Amino acid sequence: MTVWKPTVLTRVLLGLAIFLSAFPLYWMLVIASRTNSDAVASPPRFLPGGNLGHNIVAVLTHPEAQFLQGLANSFIVASVVTFSVIIISTLAGFAFANLSFKGRNALLLLVLLTMAVPLQQMGVVPLYRLMVSLEWTGTLKAVILPYLLNGFGVFLMTQYTRQSVPMELVEAARVDGAATLRIWWNVVLPAVRPGMAVLGINTFMLMWNDYMWPLIVLNQDNPTVQIAINSLNARFSTEYSLIFAGTALSIIPLVLVFVLFGRQIVGGLMEGAVKA
Amino acid sequence: MSLDTLPRAMRNNHRRARPPGRRWRSRLDVKAMPYALVSPYFILFAAFGLFPLAFTLYYSLYDYDLTGTTEWAGLDNYAALLADSAFWRATLNTVSMFLLATIPQMLLALFLANALNKRLRFRLAIRMSVLLPLVTSVVAVAVVFTQLFARDWGLVNYLLGLAGVDPTNWRAERIPSWIAIATMVDWRWTGYNAIIFLAGMQTIPRDLYEAASIDGASRRRQFWQITLPMLRPTMIFVVLNSTIGGLTLFSEPMTFYNGNPDGGSQGQFQTVAMFVYKEAFREFDYGYASAAAWLLFLLILIGAAINFLFVRRIGGTK
Repeated sequence: MTVWKPTVLTRVLLGLAIFLSAFPLYWMLVIASRTNSDAVASPPRFLPGGNLGHNIVAVLTHPEAQFLQGLANSFIVASVVTFSVIIISTLAGFAFANLSFKGRNALLLLVLLTMAVPLQQMGVVPLYRLMVSLEWTGTLKAVILPYLLNGFGVFLMTQYTRQSVPMELVEAARVDGAATLRIWWNVVLPAVRPGMAVLGINTFMLMWNDYMWPLIVLNQDNPTVQIAINSLNARFSTEYSLIFAGTALSIIPLVLVFVLFGRQIVGGLMEGAVKA
Repeated sequence: MSLDTLPRAMRNNHRRARPPGRRWRSRLDVKAMPYALVSPYFILFAAFGLFPLAFTLYYSLYDYDLTGTTEWAGLDNYAALLADSAFWRATLNTVSMFLLATIPQMLLALFLANALNKRLRFRLAIRMSVLLPLVTSVVAVAVVFTQLFARDWGLVNYLLGLAGVDPTNWRAERIPSWIAIATMVDWRWTGYNAIIFLAGMQTIPRDLYEAASIDGASRRRQFWQITLPMLRPTMIFVVLNSTIGGLTLFSEPMTFYNGNPDGGSQGQFQTVAMFVYKEAFREFDYGYASAAAWLLFLLILIGAAINFLFVRRIGGTK
């Protein structure tokens, strides 16, 4: 029997990895809870201070940042995109996995190909011009729409549906007279719920983090949270305690998602990796 | 029970029981519904994937100027880019930072995954901690690391100072700025890649290791001769992902210069993605930016091809 016990070296390596993973976040908290002069003190202060509340109020009420608006906008954008991507992907995934139609394999291949092209980066100029001509720049529509296109989602839900919805179940429902959409709603959706959770968490985090595209189509009066931080960072780059309070606020929703769904995130990642 | 086992008369009965309109509708449902289900994706693909891609190509063949006039330029934009030292500098920066980030990251992720693959207590908690960087936002990470790498009061210079090293001006100098940015990328992605590698490692049959142990192969030898070659499919996935992400690097170097696409006073850490952004949205030179976007795509294809060949050799015939 092979010995899989961890050696001392393994334990040290893991300890170091955990420390390094956590330290920058701890550091964020330290600076966010201190005054600005503490942030540039030498030797550095390693423990949190008592200024967190003050800094948070300062960043939320900062006239240049529109931080509250940014938090609300990010929440709207991430939620709308997540919901729509789940619907679009489960519909298409069901069709690709359980229904037969002409051109199915060719269309699925096309989905896979689109996953390999960084479309959002490649097409920024025409996308921006499109939003200008529709007079949508500065609005959340402009941020949301391009991200409803998510090849990864379709691919993931196709794989997931294939594994968790047996063909016999679909056939049986059809014999009972259920229409396709009813089968999707009553048979497929309940079975693929774990896959929907993984896709949803992924999409939400991706959208919450998005930076380049909102920077292009939004303005500072109506920002997402990343753009609000960017505005602060561009003008007050050395006001560390203020900016760090902002970054700390900006990751709270992600940390919440992580604490609530950590098990699913790890499981989903590992499952997805083996299937891909 | 399937329909075929029923007597024919009963089956006909079963069919006739439905009103004719409903039968027609159900045929339509079976034939057309699959296309309706996949159509939202493909409509979005046409509007926000295909259309921008085609128009990027179209724009790249025109000359735009600030007054809004456009003129056919043929391949002039491409020729100008290839003669533009700023574009080559951005390409060199991008490739260097990509290599500087990816090589250590892959090695670290492999060793970390190997460590995670041991019999450990608090397994889920440990896996979650190494994934922690992934759930923080890119801009937040970049802000924190920019402060850690600050010249006068950053923690990195302070710690180096304790070791007797003179302070480095991380942002002003070329290679130090690459290292700082590569560190941000690695901090965010090493744990993620380790988890992916771990998933791959767990699909390797254990009897391979048992056989190797009986033959007297050391743990280290087993890692290089069994684990690594068997991880090849996972590695293709991970390396391809890092290639696309690394060559389109944008958020970290932007934030490192406080949201400015110049990438430092000498453009020492301006990436190709930042070059595209700057040409399009600060110079409003849409044709030039579009041509640069296509060259960036070409760079990704070349990068992906090289990686693919490289990874194929790793598990090769050993």
